[in-house]
Amino acid sequence: MIPAGRQVAGEVCNDCLVGFGVERIRQDFPALQVRVHGKPLVYLDNAATSQKPQVVIDRITRYYLSENSNIHRGVHFLSDLATQAYESTRDRVRQFLNAAHDREIIFTRGTTEGINLVAHSFGRSRVRAGDEVVISAMEHHSNIVPWQMLREEKGATLRVIPVNDAGELLLEEYERLLCDRTRLVAVTYVSNALGTVNPVKPMIAMAHRRGIPVLVDGAQAAPHLAVDVQDLDCDFFAFSGHKLCGPTGIGILYGKADLLESMPPYQGGGDMISAVTFEKTLYNSLPYKFEAGTPHIAGVIGLGAAIEYVQRIGLPRIAAYEADLLAYGTELLSAIPGLRIIGTAKEKASVLSFVLDGIHAHDTGTILDHEGIAIRAGHHCAMPVMKRFGVPATARASLAFYNTREELEALAKGLHKVIEVFA
Amino acid sequence: MSDLSDLYQQVILDHYKRPRNFRRLDEANRKAEGHNPLCGDEITVYLHLDGDVIKDISFEGAGCAISKASASMMTAALKGRTRGEAETLFEKFHEMVTGHRDGTADPAGLGKLEVFCGVSEFPVRVKCASLAWHTLRAALEGSGGTVSTE
Ligand SMILES: Cc1ncc(COP(=O)(O)O)c(C=O)c1O
Repeated sequence: MIPAGRQVAGEVCNDCLVGFGVERIRQDFPALQVRVHGKPLVYLDNAATSQKPQVVIDRITRYYLSENSNIHRGVHFLSDLATQAYESTRDRVRQFLNAAHDREIIFTRGTTEGINLVAHSFGRSRVRAGDEVVISAMEHHSNIVPWQMLREEKGATLRVIPVNDAGELLLEEYERLLCDRTRLVAVTYVSNALGTVNPVKPMIAMAHRRGIPVLVDGAQAAPHLAVDVQDLDCDFFAFSGHKLCGPTGIGILYGKADLLESMPPYQGGGDMISAVTFEKTLYNSLPYKFEAGTPHIAGVIGLGAAIEYVQRIGLPRIAAYEADLLAYGTELLSAIPGLRIIGTAKEKASVLSFVLDGIHAHDTGTILDHEGIAIRAGHHCAMPVMKRFGVPATARASLAFYNTREELEALAKGLHKVIEVFA
Repeated sequence: MSDLSDLYQQVILDHYKRPRNFRRLDEANRKAEGHNPLCGDEITVYLHLDGDVIKDISFEGAGCAISKASASMMTAALKGRTRGEAETLFEKFHEMVTGHRDGTADPAGLGKLEVFCGVSEFPVRVKCASLAWHTLRAALEGSGGTVSTE
């Protein structure tokens, strides 16, 4: 169970208690009031990054206004304040993921850095020539390229779990890929390009039966579903703050303590040591061993405020609300002639990826932008999965809990306009 | 506010739907590939150079309306022209789509390619409009490699 966040008095209004209260929630996000080309912004690019609520913006401002200081190294008042705010965020993240220990929570720059940390530290120390790393056909480039770099360095092999035409992983194939040369499985929980929610829990159990650890790319999962790393039993879980209402440049790598203990540091520098002489350096204990240098303190504190905000609404409620939106959006888009949805898995979250007959996604994106509608057009940093579906690019509308049914109607209307331009 | 119809002019849409010289060129003695990693556009430009003269030119590939129409109209504009004329035309075209018309190139002489002037109002689409031209330049230089808009 994910503990519900502390409730701030007066911030839970009546309609939040009755329905989802999306109109009230929208008031929390200043950027949603922006007008684009004279039209109200319809922000449907949440898989790229989410908007930030006022409480996060204010929290970061307050840090810079009255708490700014370096952490872990001052004996003075401000440093103590900053350190407390920083470390209390670590504990909040631990709660958010239901991790067992604070020391299993490592602050990174984002998902990408979390995965690279594992590839460098775990990968380089454990993977040898002939060993294998298993990934899936729907990975983001950030969960492909670090493993390819490791492959080049170590002479290892990359194995890829295939997907079916709906965009679901083929689990029998996956099971067949696992063997005594497999050193790690690295798989995304939710696909940013297709929206597929992968059955990571049974996949982790399958790998563990053979003693293989599993890294979960949680970039698209953390904003949309309640994550419990102990229940999943994943060995690593990486996500980014900026897709979860937090600032850019901050992310989390969760790792099981015993694994992290056994891994060499990623980067060297201040904070990650306990004693340095020119002959020998003693590394600091977890999590500091993996946090070299002055971190993004404001980012960490802002992320803490973001998670608190999201917890206050509650991920189970968010997931239920977004599931309804996704079903409605799927229905609206399916009714548009010549539109094909890419990614039709039974288990999906918040992503509507599609192509229009004879119209390139880039043109769709430009025309929708003129209607104030922000979507993403392109390969979504997942070129291999685009190739799998035989399309160079898709248009992608990705949802957040502050989106509305009316915005999806605006999208459908905008798409009719796109078709008109090309008629 | 920039107007969509400035970008998606009928001529452009027509070249997108019915691209001219859209085939491989068997007599080609120069060829280059270009791609725009941002949107996945890919193009191959084929040239049949006779001395300094572009005897024939064609292209293949997949792309958005702007990049495909630009490639189509480029091939139509360049058949029978010299390398030097092609270079000059590219310079003018580039200045027009990037909105730097105060540059050194004389804006006259773009002819039908003027329909791409709306692109300058859409900075993210400049790469789409110029991909074919960058690829052409690579083919003319005979480098034969792949050009990328990044
Ligand atoms: C599934 C997935 N993995 C990884 C990433 C990389 O996240 P970041 O760029 O924040 O490091 C993203 C972001 O687009 C993503 O969607």
